[in-house]
Amino acid sequence: MLLSSLVAQASPLSEQQVKQLQGLVSQLNPIQQAWVSGYLAASAQLAGQSVAVAPSAVAAPAATLTVLYGSQTGNAKHVAEDLGKAASGKGFTVKVQDLAEYKAANLKNERFLVIVTSTYGEGEPPENAISFYNFLFSKKAPQLPELRYAVLGLGDTSYEFFCKTAQDFDQRLAELGGKAIIARADLDVDYGTAAANWQQQLITTLEPEFAQAPASTADVISWPGVSQTAAAQSSYSKQQPFSAELYTNQKITGRDSSKDVRHIEISLAGSGLRYQPGDALGVYFSNDPQLVKELLLLTGIAANTPVLLGTERLTISDALTEQLELTQSYPAFVDKYAKASGSEVLQALVADKTALRSYLSERQIIDIVREHPALISAQQLVDALRKQQPRLYSIASSQAEVEDEVHLTVGVVRYQAYGKPHLGGASGFLAERLAEGGSIKVFVETNNNFRLPENDDTPVIMIGPGTGIAPFRAFLQERDARAASGKNWLFFGNPHFTQDFLYQVELQNYLKQGLLTRLDVAFSRDTAEKVYVQHKLLKHGAEVWQWLEQGAHLYICGDGARMAKDVHQALLTIVQQQGGKDEKAAQQYLDQLRIAKRYQKDVY
Amino acid sequence: MSQYPVNPEFVAPGKLSDNERLKAESDHLRGTITSDLQNEITGGFTGDNFMLIRFHGMYQQDDRDIRAERAAQKLEPLHNVMLRARMPGGIITPTQWLAIDKFAAEHTLYGSIRLTTRQTFQFHGVLKPNIKPIHQLLNSIGIDSIATAGDVNRNVLCTSNPVESELHQQAYQWAIKISEHLLPKTRAYAEIWLDGEKVETTETEPVLGDTYLPRKFKTTVVIPPHNDVDVHANDLNFVAIAEHGKLIGFNVLVGGGLAMTFGDTSTYPRRAEELGFISLEHVLKVAEHVVTVQRDYGDRVNRKNAKTKYTIDRIGVDNFRSEVEKRVGVAFEPVRPYAFTSRGDRFGWVEGIDGKHHLTLFIENGRVLDFPGKPLKTGLAEIAKIHQGDLRMTANQNLIIAGVPLEQKAQIEQLARQYGLLDDNHSEQRKNSMACVSFPTCPLAMAEAERYLPELVTKVEGLLSKNGVADDHIVLRVTGCPNGCGRAMLAEVGLVGRAPGKYNVYLGGNKVGTRIPKLFLDNVAEAEILAQLDQLIGRWATERQAGEDFGDFVIRSGVVAEVKVSKTDFHA
Repeated sequence: MLLSSLVAQASPLSEQQVKQLQGLVSQLNPIQQAWVSGYLAASAQLAGQSVAVAPSAVAAPAATLTVLYGSQTGNAKHVAEDLGKAASGKGFTVKVQDLAEYKAANLKNERFLVIVTSTYGEGEPPENAISFYNFLFSKKAPQLPELRYAVLGLGDTSYEFFCKTAQDFDQRLAELGGKAIIARADLDVDYGTAAANWQQQLITTLEPEFAQAPASTADVISWPGVSQTAAAQSSYSKQQPFSAELYTNQKITGRDSSKDVRHIEISLAGSGLRYQPGDALGVYFSNDPQLVKELLLLTGIAANTPVLLGTERLTISDALTEQLELTQSYPAFVDKYAKASGSEVLQALVADKTALRSYLSERQIIDIVREHPALISAQQLVDALRKQQPRLYSIASSQAEVEDEVHLTVGVVRYQAYGKPHLGGASGFLAERLAEGGSIKVFVETNNNFRLPENDDTPVIMIGPGTGIAPFRAFLQERDARAASGKNWLFFGNPHFTQDFLYQVELQNYLKQGLLTRLDVAFSRDTAEKVYVQHKLLKHGAEVWQWLEQGAHLYICGDGARMAKDVHQALLTIVQQQGGKDEKAAQQYLDQLRIAKRYQKDVY
Repeated sequence: MSQYPVNPEFVAPGKLSDNERLKAESDHLRGTITSDLQNEITGGFTGDNFMLIRFHGMYQQDDRDIRAERAAQKLEPLHNVMLRARMPGGIITPTQWLAIDKFAAEHTLYGSIRLTTRQTFQFHGVLKPNIKPIHQLLNSIGIDSIATAGDVNRNVLCTSNPVESELHQQAYQWAIKISEHLLPKTRAYAEIWLDGEKVETTETEPVLGDTYLPRKFKTTVVIPPHNDVDVHANDLNFVAIAEHGKLIGFNVLVGGGLAMTFGDTSTYPRRAEELGFISLEHVLKVAEHVVTVQRDYGDRVNRKNAKTKYTIDRIGVDNFRSEVEKRVGVAFEPVRPYAFTSRGDRFGWVEGIDGKHHLTLFIENGRVLDFPGKPLKTGLAEIAKIHQGDLRMTANQNLIIAGVPLEQKAQIEQLARQYGLLDDNHSEQRKNSMACVSFPTCPLAMAEAERYLPELVTKVEGLLSKNGVADDHIVLRVTGCPNGCGRAMLAEVGLVGRAPGKYNVYLGGNKVGTRIPKLFLDNVAEAEILAQLDQLIGRWATERQAGEDFGDFVIRSGVVAEVKVSKTDFHA
């Protein structure tokens, strides 16, 4: 509704208020208007909460449902928040909290506990769940005979240790005496419907318990660490992404680089979307029309064949292009496609989990179909594929500098395999198929576990090789804009100095201007012996230790499979050598840093 | 400052240029180069070091073809250095050649060896991590790059004359001695590049002075009647005078130089002029004191007027001569008769009086590289593997396989033909055309030179052929900027780059390189150049006197006025 057409009768405002509002708004530009709308929405929500929380505080013995999440990419967090909303809608008193924020000492007082968690890498807990996980598996963990709990795992079946952390939590809570409210569910990438069902089942099961408790109007209680910012200020979200304009797509590796990395600038103008350094941008994309064409050719399906996707009716071509996952392969596809196509080879493969994993690790969906083309029906194909999941990119800009833009640093997935060129889904879309000026659906994914220190005087050490540099560009822009006096030390690495020094000129300028106190680089392929960021850390171990002792915050972004582990190992060595600690004490030192939020990771 | 009395009237007044501060503060050319070498954030050199590395034989350059592209990529320019070796007289052994051949292939961006008009070779595209290794490699094979650039006496040229082998050998030895006598004495080169020990000494530069020379300084030893070194492009020239095949002394010529600045009429190309004859025992002293006089009287205020040629025009050649004589303690004798009759290289086989055979190869643009269908670089390496004599780089950017015994002639020739080093189809026009390096590496380049020359020559060949003079040639030179590397200002037709695709055209130099050409076309593109040349070549073909060269014809027929005295005539 436009304000000009706003009349008192149609709104809860008085005529006088409408006039005042119109007067104010006429002085605002669209960005200011968006900000004001977000501001008002946020204050309304906060006001509502304070009203809601107050009565629950007096109703002392009310049963509380504690929902904790261990989240790497924000999915578990969203599911936990949804669950919180649904439960409070039923009148439950609910507390939703990041596992990193949760005081483990409270565990023994919990009666109803839900943990929603993803699993990271080779079966490890996500970064924000590590402390709690370690506590739970330590001797300090209390017996929990009173506890009733439920665990929901989110994962990806293409990984060997699918939902391992959820399984660990489930098993351990049972060991400690807890009783499951409902059975744990381990959900794949397209968890949407299954998560809703599990949530429904949980609430239904708990309803009698909570009905006995005094009636409460409690809403979800806001706890520290649960950010409202992004959600509160904009109506756009993962479910309702904003159609943004691509401003810039600039390759930032040299012409002889083996890597294709793009600096992407996207306009958020008019969206009201706000983000903080450390947040990620979720990106939806269209699949490559050539890929869709080939897939339809191989399966003998006409492009305009109608199919049913959930409740939506559309052509298969549209479904494949806009809605389904066509690049990342996963076990469920092989299973369903094997059945639909009748391929015995694939069926045999499905039975052998290890073989299936290694088969999938090198193949996109199209490779599987190319190897086993079969005439199947359009609906069979659609049913075999899962819904496209948005890709998350760490944001490479600060709004203090770029205002209503958002910048990304995107490594284009491009390789030759089985005699054909391959391109990543989102990165291919951003780099090749989306023209500048074209539109792309995006949303902001808050990440409170990757934040600059609140105190601007605090020194920071940033370790971000490859595209891991992205959030640190945001950090530096932010520290620059805030005129933060804290020292900044960046470690960067990539294969070649001349080709792969991402944002080289910007970083050189930051060094010259003094914003960057130190910049250490490792170009692994320029020397006979490969040098990586961890080697540079070790080389300057004494200074790293000095910075840490001065209170520096430590950040790692980038490859989690190897780099983050190697860097962690290097840090352990530094703490041992420089701090004169044994291995255990060094580990504890780093654990303490993590608990104090001074050691944060954004790894993938 | 000088150890000699300096006449203040001959010193250019004013505030010293920033380069003078830079040299004075450099701690005898050290600066902070060592710390720049350890800086991993940039491939370039910072502050004064950018200039100081020149004194060590290197220029910071970048690939200009991709400069804009890299700026958009948020990458700094592709900084690298060009390294120019010090090779007095241009003689290099096969062993040395094979070592530089390997380095060029493995550690430079362009993979080439570039033979230059300074009778030496250059590596183009050496990245910072490879700089120390190349100096150390060169040192291990007895080569350095000291003072091949910067405000010092640069690589000393010597006529490539394989025929009169004894005379050449004597002249060549003088080129080496002069080069060494005029070298900087600072240990900076050894310390920085060769990890030489730092010795606590109070260093002085008795010849060059602690602030070195006002500007670059170029020296030649020339054996008439061949003027391959282009004496008039050089500050100091020793013209060999022989009696019965034995060297007895030199005529000394000073004040040549070709550089100028567009739009600044106080700058101009200028011929060298004669100081007189000296006998052999005074050679080093004379060389030293031509340098010290220029050191003390050269303009240190305005670098554009700092070269010896301007010093002489400012204080007068007689004053210059008497200052030198005072310092040497010997008077110049009258110039002995000599004449130049040729300038280009003698391609193909010649037999020396020592009975050895010498093969001069035409290397287009001096660029030794494996071209499609013409693997020149591999071919030279193959020859170097079996060759028993030496290799001689000429001041015309060509190469002589020198000292081949009769029994190996056929094998060497076979290899040369196999790898495209000997090509009977090259026209005289092509063999007498020359260009500097220019784009993409030279930071001074305003227009293409090396990359443009081959097609320009083809077009000029067409014009000669069209006008019925296909067997004749015109000394044609293209240089990418007015700084003179391509020696266009001693050509019959000289093109000097103004902007991409645009050149100034100068006409009227002569075949032997004793006349400065004059501006004919200002800032024009190829079509205009070719149209005008077509017309002029047509006139030359029909109107010329017997045996009259193109450069002489355009003067006689009044197309351009003759430049007799550069200071007054060149811009007139």
